[in-house]
Amino acid sequence: MKPIISLSDISKTFSNGTIALSRMSMDIGQGEFVSLLGPSGCGKSTVLRIIAGLGEPTTGIIDWPTSTYNAAGKPERDIGFVFQEPTLMPWATVYDNVRLPLRLKRVSQTAGHERIMDALAMVGLSKFATSYPRELSGGMKMRVSIARALVTRPKVLLMDEPFAALDEITRNKLNDDLLRLWQDQHWTVIFVTHSVYESVYLSSRIVVMAARPGRVVTDMAISAGYPRDDVFRTSDAYNEACRNASMALHEAMDVADHL
Amino acid sequence: MNTANIGSTPTAPIDTVELARARSQRMTEIASWALPFLVLLLALGYWQWAVVHYEIKPYLLPSPLRIVQTLGADWQLLLPSLVNTLEITFGALALAVIGGGGLAILFAQSRWIEMALVPFAITLQVTPIIAVAPLIIVYLKDVTLDLGFVTLSDVTLQLLTCAWIVAFFPVLSNTTIGLNSADHNLRNLFELYGASRWQTLRLLRLPAALPYFLAGLKIASGLALIGAVVAEFVVGAQGAGSGLASRIQESAFRLNIPRMYAAVVLISLTGIAIYLVTSWASHLLLRRWHESAIRREN
Repeated sequence: MKPIISLSDISKTFSNGTIALSRMSMDIGQGEFVSLLGPSGCGKSTVLRIIAGLGEPTTGIIDWPTSTYNAAGKPERDIGFVFQEPTLMPWATVYDNVRLPLRLKRVSQTAGHERIMDALAMVGLSKFATSYPRELSGGMKMRVSIARALVTRPKVLLMDEPFAALDEITRNKLNDDLLRLWQDQHWTVIFVTHSVYESVYLSSRIVVMAARPGRVVTDMAISAGYPRDDVFRTSDAYNEACRNASMALHEAMDVADHL
Repeated sequence: MNTANIGSTPTAPIDTVELARARSQRMTEIASWALPFLVLLLALGYWQWAVVHYEIKPYLLPSPLRIVQTLGADWQLLLPSLVNTLEITFGALALAVIGGGGLAILFAQSRWIEMALVPFAITLQVTPIIAVAPLIIVYLKDVTLDLGFVTLSDVTLQLLTCAWIVAFFPVLSNTTIGLNSADHNLRNLFELYGASRWQTLRLLRLPAALPYFLAGLKIASGLALIGAVVAEFVVGAQGAGSGLASRIQESAFRLNIPRMYAAVVLISLTGIAIYLVTSWASHLLLRRWHESAIRREN
């Protein structure tokens, strides 16, 4: 089967000379839940931004084999993006915040209404459509942000440390909700995190990255099946996977330290 | 582990510290308007008493009651002047909003334009209007502007231009900062969904600029009144076009001190009214979402 996204030999050097990424290659398959795990400065957010089209790689090719390309040679990226911060418009209601991507794509409100309400229902915020962001808790704001990413019904969901700023109880709840949605909707998810436990709990595959320069050091599959729940969180398979991922991460950091 | 309270409604008494705090909060709220009001009454009372007691002549210092009487007696004369001053003030403010806001939007389109024009805006702002006004008077002499529904005389144009120069900078400077202060991740998001320049302006940058614009408007509305009055002193508008500043000059010439006071009181009240209206409008527009308009909850 063709991958949905294919990165080959991607490098990114910033104007100040920092090498954010060095010759990174990776194929993302349809329906995978891939975590990019690594210390800060390993370029995991840069990869995500390049995949999103928010920056071009210095060298290398990013291909969307299953997407159509427009006249300018740009692929139709069918993506939703969730930032580390909720990044909501404080002046707009929850409904209008979720509506934003449709508005930017010039979908009329009548045509979009059902999708907006669907997205809100998916994250459990149907009752809060008319609230303003400041009236919501941190976890609820993050849910709005996710609903906004889902409203265009994208095939690929890109998430940049989305739950890093939340407390553990809220984070676990959102992790469970995210997994449930992923199984229902058959998306592909690329999830940037620096938490070993979070990445193991969520992912079908973990790509461990090292810093200076950013690159892939380990690409490991998490074979445990879904659905995953608290039983999985306390299982031997989970502990084993955490140990492996931790070791890979430490190796990645050691390699970086010796440079 | 104590689980005795689960399932029963907690009926703990509210502690005295919290009660005291709530009381002091209520007191502060009342005091915030009652105190200045009280001070004003005391000062006016002493003023009135002193004028009567020491038999101060009204051409030196009129009593508050005398000023109120003058306001009533000279109303026919003062009202048209007030209307003229208000027309210049609001005309200049409208131009400041259009000019300052429009220029800020232009700046937001390109850093190059901003870099090229900002020094000129600052120069216009820092040069005292008193120094520039004679030039404006010379250049706009006998110039009239026909807007279709009204024809602006050369005096009106001179006054408007002076007041506008004083008022437009806070709108320009604040709106420019506001337009550039939109959240960077939100800008990324707009880029991600292929937003046009116009969509980014309308849906992101203008709403983000609103609190800044309103703060600028509050300053500009006060400055527009100052500009209108100062301009009138300099231009020296006479006859039908004369505003409150001309009334003050004219009354000074005739040593009609009570009327001078009456005109000053009218200008002050106008300034206060403008401040209250802009504050209230700002509160209405921001109360649902902006930190400045939201009461702290701790």
